[in-house]
Amino acid sequence: MAIVDVKTEITGNVWKIVVGVGDSIEEDGAILILESMKMEIPVAAPEDGRLVEILVAEGDTVTEGTVVARIEA
Amino acid sequence: MPEISKVLVANRGEIALRVMRSCERLGIASVGIYSEADRDAAHVKAAGEAVLVGPAPARESYLKVDAVLAAARDSGADAIHPGYGFLSENAAFAQAVIDAGLAWIGPAPETIRAMGDKQQARMLAQAAGVPVVPGSRRFETGDTDGLLEAAETVGYPLLVKAAGGGGGIGMRRVDTAEKLVETVAATQSMAEKSFNNGAVFLERFVPKARHIEIQVFGFGNGKAVHLFERDCSLQRRFQKVIEESPAPGLPQDVRQAMAKAAVDLCRATRYSGAGTVEFIVDAESFEFFFLEMNTRIQVEHPVTEMVTSVDLVAWQIDLARGQLAPVDQDAIRTKGHAIECRLYAENPAKMFMPSPGPLTRFALPAAAADLRIDSGYREGDTVTPFYDPMIAKIIVWGESRDAARQRAIAAMRAVEVEGIRTNRDFLLACLADPDFAAGDVHTGFIEAEKARLLAA
Repeated sequence: MAIVDVKTEITGNVWKIVVGVGDSIEEDGAILILESMKMEIPVAAPEDGRLVEILVAEGDTVTEGTVVARIEA
Repeated sequence: MPEISKVLVANRGEIALRVMRSCERLGIASVGIYSEADRDAAHVKAAGEAVLVGPAPARESYLKVDAVLAAARDSGADAIHPGYGFLSENAAFAQAVIDAGLAWIGPAPETIRAMGDKQQARMLAQAAGVPVVPGSRRFETGDTDGLLEAAETVGYPLLVKAAGGGGGIGMRRVDTAEKLVETVAATQSMAEKSFNNGAVFLERFVPKARHIEIQVFGFGNGKAVHLFERDCSLQRRFQKVIEESPAPGLPQDVRQAMAKAAVDLCRATRYSGAGTVEFIVDAESFEFFFLEMNTRIQVEHPVTEMVTSVDLVAWQIDLARGQLAPVDQDAIRTKGHAIECRLYAENPAKMFMPSPGPLTRFALPAAAADLRIDSGYREGDTVTPFYDPMIAKIIVWGESRDAARQRAIAAMRAVEVEGIRTNRDFLLACLADPDFAAGDVHTGFIEAEKARLLAA
Protein backbone atom coordinates (compact mmCIF):
# COMPACT_ATOMS: atom_id res chain seq x y z
CA MET A 1 0.00 0.00 0.00
CA ALA A 2 1.39 3.32 -1.07
CA ILE A 3 0.14 6.81 -0.44
CA VAL A 4 -0.31 8.71 -3.69
CA ASP A 5 -0.63 12.49 -3.98
CA VAL A 6 -3.48 13.83 -6.09
CA LYS A 7 -2.48 17.08 -7.76
CA THR A 8 -4.53 19.61 -9.67
CA GLU A 9 -3.26 20.45 -13.14
CA ILE A 10 -5.07 23.76 -13.31
CA THR A 11 -5.66 26.86 -11.22
CA GLY A 12 -9.21 27.29 -10.00
CA ASN A 13 -11.65 27.36 -7.10
CA VAL A 14 -12.84 24.22 -5.35
CA TRP A 15 -16.52 24.07 -6.22
CA LYS A 16 -17.58 20.70 -4.87
CA ILE A 17 -15.92 17.80 -3.08
CA VAL A 18 -17.62 14.67 -4.33
CA VAL A 19 -16.07 11.84 -2.28
CA GLY A 20 -15.37 11.50 1.44
CA VAL A 21 -12.35 10.31 3.42
CA GLY A 22 -12.46 6.53 3.65
CA ASP A 23 -14.35 6.10 0.37
CA SER A 24 -12.84 3.85 -2.24
CA ILE A 25 -12.29 5.38 -5.62
CA GLU A 26 -11.46 4.14 -9.07
CA GLU A 27 -8.80 5.43 -11.42
CA ASP A 28 -10.08 8.55 -13.26
CA GLY A 29 -12.95 8.90 -10.77
CA ALA A 30 -13.60 12.50 -9.69
CA ILE A 31 -12.52 13.48 -6.17
CA LEU A 32 -13.50 17.11 -6.45
CA ILE A 33 -14.69 19.56 -9.05
CA LEU A 34 -12.90 22.82 -9.70
CA GLU A 35 -14.48 25.87 -11.21
CA SER A 36 -12.19 27.89 -13.41
CA MET A 37 -13.04 30.50 -16.02
CA LYS A 38 -16.64 29.38 -16.34
CA MET A 39 -15.71 25.68 -16.67
CA GLU A 40 -16.22 22.84 -14.24
CA ILE A 41 -13.17 20.62 -14.24
CA PRO A 42 -12.89 17.41 -12.21
CA VAL A 43 -9.72 16.46 -10.37
CA ALA A 44 -9.53 12.69 -10.72
CA ALA A 45 -7.78 9.86 -8.90
CA PRO A 46 -4.59 8.82 -10.73
CA GLU A 47 -5.20 5.16 -9.79
CA ASP A 48 -7.59 2.90 -7.88
CA GLY A 49 -7.49 3.35 -4.12
CA ARG A 50 -9.07 4.66 -0.97
CA LEU A 51 -9.26 8.35 -0.12
CA VAL A 52 -7.24 8.98 3.03
CA GLU A 53 -7.01 12.78 3.12
CA ILE A 54 -8.54 15.87 1.56
CA LEU A 55 -6.33 18.93 1.89
CA VAL A 56 -8.69 21.62 0.56
CA ALA A 57 -12.16 22.87 1.35
CA GLU A 58 -14.99 24.02 -0.90
CA GLY A 59 -14.40 27.64 -1.88
CA ASP A 60 -10.59 27.40 -1.66
CA THR A 61 -8.47 28.65 -4.52
CA VAL A 62 -5.86 26.15 -5.67
CA THR A 63 -3.00 26.70 -8.07
CA GLU A 64 -1.56 24.33 -10.64
CA GLY A 65 0.45 21.54 -9.03
CA THR A 66 -1.22 21.80 -5.59
CA VAL A 67 -1.70 18.49 -3.77
CA VAL A 68 -5.46 18.47 -3.05
CA ALA A 69 -5.89 14.93 -1.69
CA ARG A 70 -4.07 11.71 -0.92
CA ILE A 71 -5.17 8.20 -1.73
CA GLU A 72 -3.95 4.85 -0.52
CA ALA A 73 -3.41 2.83 -3.66
CA MET B 1 -37.16 59.70 -25.12
CA PRO B 2 -34.92 59.78 -22.12
CA GLU B 3 -32.02 62.12 -21.76
CA ILE B 4 -28.85 60.06 -21.17
CA SER B 5 -26.05 61.82 -19.33
CA LYS B 6 -24.46 58.94 -17.41
CA VAL B 7 -24.29 55.27 -18.38
CA LEU B 8 -23.64 52.49 -15.90
CA VAL B 9 -21.66 49.79 -17.70
CA ALA B 10 -22.74 46.52 -16.07
CA ASN B 11 -19.74 44.49 -17.16
CA ARG B 12 -15.99 44.04 -16.81
CA GLY B 13 -12.88 43.64 -18.94
CA GLU B 14 -12.55 44.64 -22.57
CA ILE B 15 -16.25 45.11 -23.29
CA ALA B 16 -16.68 47.50 -20.34
CA LEU B 17 -13.77 49.56 -21.70
CA ARG B 18 -15.21 49.35 -25.20
CA VAL B 19 -18.61 50.72 -24.10
CA MET B 20 -16.94 53.48 -22.07
CA ARG B 21 -14.99 54.56 -25.16
CA SER B 22 -18.21 55.17 -27.11
CA CYS B 23 -19.76 56.99 -24.13
CA GLU B 24 -16.75 59.31 -24.06
CA ARG B 25 -17.01 59.92 -27.81
CA LEU B 26 -20.67 60.89 -27.32
CA GLY B 27 -19.86 63.16 -24.37
CA ILE B 28 -21.63 60.89 -21.88
CA ALA B 29 -20.18 60.03 -18.47
CA SER B 30 -19.75 56.37 -17.55
CA VAL B 31 -19.84 54.45 -14.28
CA GLY B 32 -18.10 51.11 -13.87
CA ILE B 33 -18.94 48.26 -11.54
CA TYR B 34 -16.46 45.80 -10.07
CA SER B 35 -16.14 42.79 -7.83
CA GLU B 36 -13.61 42.43 -5.04
CA ALA B 37 -11.35 40.52 -7.44
CA ASP B 38 -11.39 43.44 -9.90
CA ARG B 39 -10.51 46.36 -7.59
CA ASP B 40 -7.47 47.29 -9.68
CA ALA B 41 -8.82 46.18 -13.06
CA ALA B 42 -8.32 48.35 -16.15
CA HIS B 43 -12.05 48.99 -16.57
CA VAL B 44 -12.25 50.41 -13.03
CA LYS B 45 -9.37 52.78 -13.69
CA ALA B 46 -10.90 53.91 -16.99
CA ALA B 47 -14.35 54.66 -15.58
CA GLY B 48 -15.05 58.15 -14.29
CA GLU B 49 -16.33 56.44 -11.18
CA ALA B 50 -16.82 52.82 -10.18
CA VAL B 51 -18.97 50.99 -7.65
CA LEU B 52 -18.13 47.79 -5.79
CA VAL B 53 -20.99 45.32 -6.30
CA GLY B 54 -19.83 42.28 -4.35
CA PRO B 55 -17.36 39.43 -3.89
CA ALA B 56 -15.36 37.80 -6.68
CA PRO B 57 -17.79 35.07 -7.85
CA ALA B 58 -19.91 36.52 -10.67
CA ARG B 59 -23.20 35.32 -9.16
CA GLU B 60 -22.43 37.43 -6.07
CA SER B 61 -21.41 40.53 -8.01
CA TYR B 62 -21.76 41.04 -11.78
CA LEU B 63 -24.87 38.83 -11.90
CA LYS B 64 -26.50 40.32 -8.81
CA VAL B 65 -29.44 42.34 -10.10
CA ASP B 66 -30.14 44.25 -6.87
CA ALA B 67 -26.50 45.25 -6.41
CA VAL B 68 -26.18 46.47 -10.00
CA LEU B 69 -29.42 48.47 -9.80
CA ALA B 70 -28.30 49.97 -6.46
CA ALA B 71 -25.00 50.98 -8.06
CA ALA B 72 -26.90 52.76 -10.83
CA ARG B 73 -29.14 54.54 -8.34
CA ASP B 74 -26.31 55.54 -6.01
CA SER B 75 -24.12 56.86 -8.81
CA GLY B 76 -26.93 58.82 -10.46
CA ALA B 77 -26.70 56.91 -13.73
CA ASP B 78 -29.69 57.30 -16.03
CA ALA B 79 -29.01 54.32 -18.31
CA ILE B 80 -27.49 50.83 -18.18
CA HIS B 81 -25.44 49.13 -20.90
CA PRO B 82 -25.04 45.40 -20.14
CA GLY B 83 -22.24 44.52 -22.60
CA TYR B 84 -22.28 40.80 -23.45
CA GLY B 85 -22.57 37.81 -21.12
CA PHE B 86 -23.54 38.40 -17.47
CA LEU B 87 -26.97 40.12 -17.38
CA SER B 88 -27.10 41.11 -21.07
CA GLU B 89 -29.73 38.54 -22.06
CA ASN B 90 -31.61 38.44 -18.78
CA ALA B 91 -35.14 39.66 -19.59
CA ALA B 92 -36.04 40.11 -15.91
CA PHE B 93 -33.04 42.38 -15.42
CA ALA B 94 -33.91 44.44 -18.50
CA GLN B 95 -37.43 44.85 -17.14
CA ALA B 96 -36.12 45.79 -13.67
CA VAL B 97 -33.91 48.48 -15.25
CA ILE B 98 -36.91 49.94 -17.06
CA ASP B 99 -39.09 49.69 -13.94
CA ALA B 100 -36.42 51.59 -12.02
CA GLY B 101 -36.93 54.48 -14.44
CA LEU B 102 -33.61 53.97 -16.22
CA ALA B 103 -32.93 53.68 -19.93
CA TRP B 104 -32.12 50.09 -20.94
CA ILE B 105 -29.58 50.03 -23.75
CA GLY B 106 -30.75 46.85 -25.40
CA PRO B 107 -33.76 45.19 -27.02
CA ALA B 108 -37.17 45.04 -25.33
CA PRO B 109 -37.40 42.52 -22.46
CA GLU B 110 -40.12 40.58 -24.34
CA THR B 111 -37.79 40.14 -27.32
CA ILE B 112 -34.94 38.96 -25.09
CA ARG B 113 -37.28 36.45 -23.45
CA ALA B 114 -38.71 35.17 -26.74
CA MET B 115 -35.31 34.74 -28.40
CA GLY B 116 -33.87 33.09 -25.28
CA ASP B 117 -36.41 30.28 -25.63
CA LYS B 118 -35.10 28.01 -28.41
CA GLN B 119 -38.54 26.68 -29.33
CA GLN B 120 -40.12 30.12 -29.46
CA ALA B 121 -37.21 31.58 -31.41
CA ARG B 122 -37.54 28.78 -33.98
CA MET B 123 -41.27 29.49 -34.31
CA LEU B 124 -40.69 33.23 -34.73
CA ALA B 125 -38.08 32.51 -37.41
CA GLN B 126 -40.43 30.16 -39.26
CA ALA B 127 -43.24 32.69 -39.07
CA ALA B 128 -40.94 35.31 -40.60
CA GLY B 129 -40.07 32.92 -43.46
CA VAL B 130 -36.54 32.26 -42.20
CA PRO B 131 -35.35 28.72 -42.97
CA VAL B 132 -34.85 26.53 -39.89
CA VAL B 133 -33.18 23.11 -39.69
CA PRO B 134 -35.79 20.77 -41.22
CA GLY B 135 -37.34 18.38 -38.71
CA SER B 136 -40.17 15.85 -38.56
CA ARG B 137 -43.02 15.08 -36.18
CA ARG B 138 -42.44 12.62 -33.33
CA PHE B 139 -42.65 8.88 -33.95
CA GLU B 140 -43.60 6.84 -30.88
CA THR B 141 -42.33 3.27 -30.51
CA GLY B 142 -43.74 1.10 -33.29
CA ASP B 143 -45.09 4.10 -35.22
CA THR B 144 -43.61 4.27 -38.72
CA ASP B 145 -46.61 5.86 -40.40
CA GLY B 146 -45.39 8.17 -43.15
CA LEU B 147 -41.80 7.79 -41.97
CA LEU B 148 -40.19 7.54 -45.42
CA GLU B 149 -42.11 10.56 -46.69
CA ALA B 150 -41.12 12.54 -43.57
CA ALA B 151 -37.48 11.62 -44.20
CA GLU B 152 -37.71 12.78 -47.82
CA THR B 153 -39.06 16.13 -46.63
CA VAL B 154 -36.33 16.51 -43.99
CA GLY B 155 -33.60 15.45 -46.45
CA TYR B 156 -30.56 13.17 -46.12
CA PRO B 157 -28.24 12.80 -44.31
CA LEU B 158 -30.41 13.06 -41.26
CA LEU B 159 -30.27 12.30 -37.57
CA VAL B 160 -32.72 10.10 -35.73
CA LYS B 161 -32.96 11.78 -32.34
CA ALA B 162 -34.55 10.50 -29.15
CA ALA B 163 -37.09 13.07 -27.97
CA GLY B 164 -36.01 12.42 -24.38
CA GLY B 165 -32.28 12.59 -25.15
CA GLY B 166 -29.89 15.51 -25.29
CA GLY B 167 -26.25 16.48 -25.57
CA GLY B 168 -25.64 14.05 -28.42
CA ILE B 169 -27.00 11.03 -26.51
CA GLY B 170 -29.55 8.91 -28.35
CA MET B 171 -28.68 10.21 -31.80
CA ARG B 172 -28.06 8.12 -34.93
CA ARG B 173 -27.15 9.19 -38.41
CA VAL B 174 -28.93 7.86 -41.50
CA ASP B 175 -27.57 8.54 -44.99
CA THR B 176 -30.05 6.67 -47.18
CA ALA B 177 -33.70 5.55 -47.13
CA GLU B 178 -32.68 1.84 -47.00
CA LYS B 179 -31.33 2.19 -43.45
CA LEU B 180 -34.13 4.42 -42.17
CA VAL B 181 -36.72 2.00 -40.84
CA GLU B 182 -34.27 -0.23 -38.97
CA THR B 183 -32.39 2.75 -37.47
CA VAL B 184 -35.62 4.34 -36.28
CA ALA B 185 -36.70 1.05 -34.68
CA ALA B 186 -33.28 0.63 -33.01
CA THR B 187 -33.29 4.22 -31.73
CA GLN B 188 -36.84 3.86 -30.40
CA SER B 189 -35.90 0.68 -28.55
CA MET B 190 -32.72 2.25 -27.16
CA ALA B 191 -34.60 5.42 -26.15
CA GLU B 192 -37.26 3.32 -24.44
CA LYS B 193 -34.56 1.72 -22.28
CA SER B 194 -32.45 4.83 -21.66
CA PHE B 195 -35.06 7.56 -21.26
CA ASN B 196 -38.20 5.54 -20.61
CA ASN B 197 -39.58 7.31 -23.67
CA GLY B 198 -39.33 5.72 -27.10
CA ALA B 199 -40.36 8.76 -29.13
CA VAL B 200 -37.92 9.87 -31.82
CA PHE B 201 -37.88 12.58 -34.49
CA LEU B 202 -35.86 13.21 -37.62
CA GLU B 203 -33.65 16.24 -38.15
CA ARG B 204 -31.44 17.22 -41.08
CA PHE B 205 -27.73 16.70 -40.40
CA VAL B 206 -25.14 19.05 -41.88
CA PRO B 207 -21.88 17.02 -41.96
CA LYS B 208 -19.62 19.92 -42.88
CA ALA B 209 -21.08 23.08 -41.41
CA ARG B 210 -20.06 26.69 -41.19
CA HIS B 211 -21.25 29.14 -38.59
CA ILE B 212 -22.13 32.38 -40.33
CA GLU B 213 -24.03 35.15 -38.61
CA ILE B 214 -25.62 38.39 -39.73
CA GLN B 215 -25.16 41.57 -37.70
CA VAL B 216 -28.47 43.40 -37.59
CA PHE B 217 -29.76 46.61 -36.13
CA GLY B 218 -33.44 47.23 -35.57
CA PHE B 219 -35.05 50.59 -34.90
CA GLY B 220 -37.97 49.26 -32.86
CA ASN B 221 -40.59 50.41 -35.35
CA GLY B 222 -40.44 47.45 -37.72
CA LYS B 223 -37.52 48.92 -39.65
CA ALA B 224 -34.15 47.21 -39.58
CA VAL B 225 -30.85 47.04 -41.44
CA HIS B 226 -28.08 44.46 -41.66
CA LEU B 227 -24.35 45.08 -41.46
CA PHE B 228 -23.31 42.02 -43.45
CA GLU B 229 -21.98 38.74 -42.13
CA ARG B 230 -19.29 37.32 -39.90
CA ASP B 231 -17.88 33.84 -40.36
CA CYS B 232 -17.25 32.30 -36.94
CA SER B 233 -16.60 28.73 -38.01
CA LEU B 234 -13.29 28.36 -36.17
CA GLN B 235 -14.35 27.12 -32.75
CA ARG B 236 -13.09 24.92 -29.98
CA ARG B 237 -15.55 23.50 -27.45
CA PHE B 238 -18.28 25.68 -29.02
CA GLN B 239 -16.23 28.80 -28.25
CA LYS B 240 -15.26 31.02 -31.15
CA VAL B 241 -11.55 31.46 -31.77
CA ILE B 242 -11.20 33.39 -35.04
CA GLU B 243 -13.93 35.44 -36.73
CA GLU B 244 -13.88 37.27 -40.03
CA SER B 245 -15.89 39.30 -42.47
CA PRO B 246 -16.73 38.76 -45.28
CA ALA B 247 -17.21 34.99 -45.04
CA PRO B 248 -14.68 33.45 -47.45
CA GLY B 249 -16.17 31.91 -50.59
CA LEU B 250 -19.78 32.71 -49.69
CA PRO B 251 -21.71 33.18 -52.95
CA GLN B 252 -23.20 36.65 -53.29
CA ASP B 253 -26.77 35.38 -53.71
CA VAL B 254 -26.50 33.32 -50.51
CA ARG B 255 -25.08 36.31 -48.63
CA GLN B 256 -28.01 38.42 -49.80
CA ALA B 257 -30.56 35.75 -48.94
CA MET B 258 -29.14 35.33 -45.43
CA ALA B 259 -29.09 39.08 -44.85
CA LYS B 260 -32.67 39.38 -46.06
CA ALA B 261 -33.80 36.54 -43.78
CA ALA B 262 -32.12 38.21 -40.79
CA VAL B 263 -33.71 41.58 -41.56
CA ASP B 264 -37.11 39.93 -42.09
CA LEU B 265 -36.87 38.40 -38.61
CA CYS B 266 -36.04 41.83 -37.11
CA ARG B 267 -38.91 43.48 -38.94
CA ALA B 268 -41.38 40.80 -37.89
CA THR B 269 -40.37 41.11 -34.23
CA ARG B 270 -40.01 44.92 -34.33
CA TYR B 271 -36.49 44.35 -33.07
CA SER B 272 -34.84 47.26 -31.30
CA GLY B 273 -31.05 47.68 -31.13
CA ALA B 274 -28.04 45.59 -32.07
CA GLY B 275 -28.49 41.86 -32.57
CA THR B 276 -27.03 38.88 -34.33
CA VAL B 277 -28.89 36.23 -36.28
CA GLU B 278 -26.83 33.04 -36.31
CA PHE B 279 -27.06 30.49 -39.11
CA ILE B 280 -25.61 27.07 -39.70
CA VAL B 281 -24.52 26.87 -43.33
CA ASP B 282 -23.83 23.70 -45.29
CA ALA B 283 -20.23 24.18 -46.44
CA GLU B 284 -20.89 22.24 -49.68
CA SER B 285 -24.38 23.29 -50.78
CA PHE B 286 -24.57 26.67 -48.99
CA GLU B 287 -28.06 25.86 -47.72
CA PHE B 288 -28.54 27.88 -44.54
CA PHE B 289 -30.68 27.37 -41.45
CA PHE B 290 -31.55 29.61 -38.52
CA LEU B 291 -29.71 28.65 -35.33
CA GLU B 292 -30.55 31.39 -32.83
CA MET B 293 -30.66 35.12 -32.35
CA ASN B 294 -28.41 36.85 -29.85
CA THR B 295 -30.06 39.94 -28.42
CA ARG B 296 -26.91 41.80 -27.40
CA ILE B 297 -23.73 43.34 -28.70
CA GLN B 298 -21.44 40.43 -29.50
CA VAL B 299 -17.81 39.70 -28.64
CA GLU B 300 -16.87 39.75 -32.33
CA HIS B 301 -18.68 43.01 -33.21
CA PRO B 302 -15.36 44.80 -33.98
CA VAL B 303 -15.00 42.65 -37.10
CA THR B 304 -18.11 44.34 -38.48
CA GLU B 305 -16.98 47.76 -37.26
CA MET B 306 -13.66 47.35 -39.09
CA VAL B 307 -15.28 46.68 -42.47
CA THR B 308 -18.23 49.08 -42.17
CA SER B 309 -16.72 51.92 -40.06
CA VAL B 310 -19.91 51.93 -37.96
CA ASP B 311 -19.69 52.38 -34.17
CA LEU B 312 -22.34 49.85 -33.12
CA VAL B 313 -22.23 50.78 -29.44
CA ALA B 314 -22.77 54.46 -30.29
CA TRP B 315 -25.79 53.40 -32.36
CA GLN B 316 -27.13 51.45 -29.39
CA ILE B 317 -26.81 54.46 -27.09
CA ASP B 318 -28.22 56.91 -29.64
CA LEU B 319 -31.22 54.65 -30.25
CA ALA B 320 -31.89 54.39 -26.51
CA ARG B 321 -31.90 58.19 -26.18
CA GLY B 322 -33.90 58.75 -29.36
CA GLN B 323 -31.08 60.46 -31.21
CA LEU B 324 -30.23 57.91 -33.87
CA ALA B 325 -30.72 59.43 -37.31
CA PRO B 326 -32.55 57.07 -39.69
CA VAL B 327 -30.13 54.68 -41.32
CA ASP B 328 -30.56 53.68 -44.94
CA GLN B 329 -29.49 50.14 -45.92
CA ASP B 330 -27.74 51.45 -49.02
CA ALA B 331 -25.58 53.70 -46.86
CA ILE B 332 -24.01 50.70 -45.14
CA ARG B 333 -21.03 49.54 -47.16
CA THR B 334 -18.43 46.94 -46.43
CA LYS B 335 -14.83 47.49 -47.44
CA GLY B 336 -11.89 45.08 -47.38
CA HIS B 337 -11.56 42.19 -44.96
CA ALA B 338 -11.33 42.01 -41.16
CA ILE B 339 -10.15 39.15 -38.93
CA GLU B 340 -10.43 38.91 -35.15
CA CYS B 341 -8.26 36.61 -33.03
CA ARG B 342 -9.35 35.84 -29.50
CA LEU B 343 -6.42 35.50 -27.12
CA TYR B 344 -7.39 33.12 -24.33
CA ALA B 345 -5.68 32.27 -21.03
CA GLU B 346 -5.68 28.57 -21.76
CA ASN B 347 -3.47 25.64 -22.60
CA PRO B 348 -4.19 24.27 -26.10
CA ALA B 349 -1.99 21.21 -25.48
CA LYS B 350 -4.13 20.24 -22.47
CA MET B 351 -7.50 20.27 -24.20
CA PHE B 352 -7.64 24.08 -23.98
CA MET B 353 -7.94 23.97 -20.18
CA PRO B 354 -7.99 27.35 -18.41
CA SER B 355 -4.69 28.87 -17.35
CA PRO B 356 -5.28 31.77 -14.97
CA GLY B 357 -2.37 33.52 -13.22
CA PRO B 358 -0.22 36.65 -13.17
CA LEU B 359 0.60 38.47 -16.40
CA THR B 360 4.27 38.97 -15.63
CA ARG B 361 4.70 40.09 -19.21
CA PHE B 362 1.83 41.27 -21.42
CA ALA B 363 2.85 43.18 -24.53
CA LEU B 364 0.37 43.82 -27.33
CA PRO B 365 1.18 45.54 -30.62
CA ALA B 366 0.28 49.24 -30.89
CA ALA B 367 -3.11 50.02 -32.40
CA ALA B 368 -3.17 51.52 -35.89
CA ALA B 369 -5.72 52.23 -38.61
CA ASP B 370 -5.59 48.57 -39.63
CA LEU B 371 -5.07 47.10 -36.15
CA ARG B 372 -7.46 47.30 -33.24
CA ILE B 373 -6.71 45.88 -29.80
CA ASP B 374 -9.55 45.40 -27.31
CA SER B 375 -8.24 44.16 -23.98
CA GLY B 376 -9.17 44.54 -20.34
CA TYR B 377 -5.75 43.55 -19.02
CA ARG B 378 -2.36 45.20 -18.54
CA GLU B 379 1.07 43.85 -17.70
CA GLY B 380 1.18 43.13 -13.95
CA ASP B 381 -2.53 42.26 -13.76
CA THR B 382 -3.62 38.84 -12.57
CA VAL B 383 -6.05 36.81 -14.63
CA THR B 384 -8.27 35.25 -11.95
CA PRO B 385 -10.20 31.97 -12.31
CA PHE B 386 -13.52 33.75 -11.69
CA TYR B 387 -14.36 34.98 -15.17
CA ASP B 388 -14.03 34.36 -18.88
CA PRO B 389 -10.58 33.25 -20.16
CA MET B 390 -10.47 35.83 -22.99
CA ILE B 391 -7.71 38.37 -22.30
CA ALA B 392 -7.55 40.28 -25.59
CA LYS B 393 -9.05 40.60 -29.04
CA ILE B 394 -6.68 41.41 -31.87
CA ILE B 395 -8.61 42.72 -34.86
CA VAL B 396 -6.95 43.51 -38.18
CA TRP B 397 -8.03 44.96 -41.50
CA GLY B 398 -6.66 44.38 -45.00
CA GLU B 399 -7.67 45.17 -48.58
CA SER B 400 -8.08 41.43 -49.22
CA ARG B 401 -8.51 38.34 -47.06
CA ASP B 402 -4.92 37.37 -47.63
CA ALA B 403 -3.66 40.84 -46.70
CA ALA B 404 -5.73 40.70 -43.52
CA ARG B 405 -4.41 37.22 -42.76
CA GLN B 406 -0.81 38.36 -43.19
CA ARG B 407 -1.51 41.41 -41.00
CA ALA B 408 -3.01 39.13 -38.34
CA ILE B 409 0.07 36.90 -38.40
CA ALA B 410 2.34 39.93 -37.94
CA ALA B 411 0.15 41.27 -35.12
CA MET B 412 -0.02 37.92 -33.31
CA ARG B 413 3.76 37.53 -33.56
CA ALA B 414 4.08 40.83 -31.69
CA VAL B 415 1.97 39.52 -28.81
CA GLU B 416 4.11 38.53 -25.84
CA VAL B 417 2.65 36.90 -22.75
CA GLU B 418 4.51 35.43 -19.80
CA GLY B 419 3.23 34.09 -16.49
CA ILE B 420 0.30 32.15 -17.94
CA ARG B 421 -0.27 29.93 -20.95
CA THR B 422 -2.22 31.28 -23.89
CA ASN B 423 -3.43 30.14 -27.30
CA ARG B 424 -1.14 32.65 -29.09
CA ASP B 425 0.88 30.01 -30.95
CA PHE B 426 -2.27 28.04 -31.70
CA LEU B 427 -3.86 31.14 -33.26
CA LEU B 428 -0.70 31.65 -35.33
CA ALA B 429 -0.87 28.02 -36.47
CA CYS B 430 -4.51 28.49 -37.52
CA LEU B 431 -3.72 31.70 -39.41
CA ALA B 432 -0.81 30.07 -41.24
CA ASP B 433 -2.63 26.81 -41.98
CA PRO B 434 -3.00 26.12 -45.72
CA ASP B 435 -6.68 25.12 -45.37
CA PHE B 436 -7.48 28.29 -43.42
CA ALA B 437 -5.50 30.33 -45.97
CA ALA B 438 -7.63 28.75 -48.72
CA GLY B 439 -10.81 29.72 -46.85
CA ASP B 440 -11.73 26.10 -46.23
CA VAL B 441 -13.21 26.71 -42.77
CA HIS B 442 -15.89 24.71 -40.98
CA THR B 443 -16.95 24.13 -37.39
CA GLY B 444 -15.12 20.80 -37.15
CA PHE B 445 -11.86 22.31 -38.44
CA ILE B 446 -10.03 22.71 -35.11
CA GLU B 447 -11.09 19.31 -33.80
CA ALA B 448 -10.10 17.59 -37.05
CA GLU B 449 -6.79 19.41 -37.49
CA LYS B 450 -5.84 19.74 -33.81
CA ALA B 451 -2.79 17.48 -34.03
CA ARG B 452 -1.44 19.34 -37.05
CA LEU B 453 -2.17 22.77 -35.52
CA LEU B 454 -0.57 21.90 -32.18
CA ALA B 455 2.55 20.56 -33.89
CA ALA B 456 2.99 23.66 -36.04
